[in-house]
Amino acid sequence: MGAMNTTEVVVTGLGATTPLGGDVASTWSALLEGRSGIDTIHEDWVADLPVHFAGQIAQEPSEVLPRQRLRRLDRTQQLALISAKEAWEDAGGPEVDPLRLGAVVSSGIGGILTILEQYDTFRERGWKRVSPFTVPMLMPNGPAAAVSLEYSARAGAHSPVSACASSAEALANAVEMIRNGRADVVIAGGVEAAIHPLNLASFASMRALSTRNDDPQGASRPWDTQRDGFVMSEGAGTVVLESAEHAAARGARVYAVAAGTGYSNDAHDIVLPDPDGNGQSQAILSLLEDSGLAPSDIAHVNAHATSTPAGDVGETVALRKALGDSAADRVAVTSTKSMTGHLLGGAGAVESIATVLALYEGRIPPTINIEELDPEVRVDIVRDKPRDMPADAVAAVNESFGFGGHNVAVAFRRV
Amino acid sequence: MANTETDTDTILAGLREIVDEIAGVPANEVDLEKSFVDDLDIDSLSMVEIAVAAQDKFGVEIPDDQLKDLKTVQDVVNYIQK
Repeated sequence: MGAMNTTEVVVTGLGATTPLGGDVASTWSALLEGRSGIDTIHEDWVADLPVHFAGQIAQEPSEVLPRQRLRRLDRTQQLALISAKEAWEDAGGPEVDPLRLGAVVSSGIGGILTILEQYDTFRERGWKRVSPFTVPMLMPNGPAAAVSLEYSARAGAHSPVSACASSAEALANAVEMIRNGRADVVIAGGVEAAIHPLNLASFASMRALSTRNDDPQGASRPWDTQRDGFVMSEGAGTVVLESAEHAAARGARVYAVAAGTGYSNDAHDIVLPDPDGNGQSQAILSLLEDSGLAPSDIAHVNAHATSTPAGDVGETVALRKALGDSAADRVAVTSTKSMTGHLLGGAGAVESIATVLALYEGRIPPTINIEELDPEVRVDIVRDKPRDMPADAVAAVNESFGFGGHNVAVAFRRV
Repeated sequence: MANTETDTDTILAGLREIVDEIAGVPANEVDLEKSFVDDLDIDSLSMVEIAVAAQDKFGVEIPDDQLKDLKTVQDVVNYIQK
């Protein structure tokens, strides 16, 4: 129970569309199987790039949404709506006063595919051929607005933007929206859909992407000594968060308690994490304080670990610093990015879903592709095969970090 | 030169294609007396798209200040025939 907060928030619905599958069930089973969702990009333009692969969505939105909706929604909005629909139905389609229903849905980049496509149209065919939906498609609040419109969420729609921490921040803000009494139910999540030559070139030019073109499925290898960068992916995750009281009154199935939130900022460098892990450990400390959880309650961490030389090890150092040696020795840490790649603004939501399911199903997905564990890693990594969640596990944490120094952590507690 | 009646059918068929493509309204719902906003549930931004598509198809430019007066499918047919 949160030390300072009387309103308990629970998770009652899950939805996702990822490189591993078009829904939560297919994504979750692939995670437990240790299957990679990364593949070669079959477009001519990859020839001009140092990276030839990505985590492309398993189910195209055109298989799910009608044509006339597709043409007026950016791909971020399409994926957000698909995952929101699954989450909403999974929650049993809660009866809720629209004024008590919120939407917090983030994207790290926004509707950049629309921007680039419409700029091409503008240059080739002039201003009159630019879609009149360009602005509502490119705006970073577009996915939140689309979800709000679809479900009549009138308590407020928000889109916290913090690069690759964006959707963890969306979930955290949604928890607080319910605690603050602004809503009883919030549709919360995040999305990214930015696989385009310019974006791959942009990340590649900062040397952030893996270039393991001869082995795309082995490219995302967090904590391996041969890791050489992250793998860019697309996808969306949505959870339905609800006050425990509201969920109990309607007899909803509860996956987990959303027990707390933690934030910090490194204020160290615009992209590089603080190598001492001070900012990241501060986010965990703030999470512990907010949730009232003890370090020894944290049985599992779904880490941010993206497979970059600069990032992965420092996160384990920060975890040890925050939890203390005895708790850090027992926590089971994994990076599901080894299979999904990095969903950027969708990462925190999809990984929070994996964290919730690890608690609910009692199985921790593995980190794949570790051939030689980096000797500097300071915690116990779940490698190769899933592991049973300890029977006495209390809670699990999702960590997400973003360019700009953003560190966000969300804790989930067993019901 | 085709007579006006044929032209109306041709234009209506073209408009039905455009409205289906842009707004997803089935062709059999698009009749001359239908109002775009009230009957076919087409919003103002989609009307802009329809006007541009009609210009491409029929070679008739519909200025913004005229577009707001074109309430029904018949109005658009008449404008294109002018």
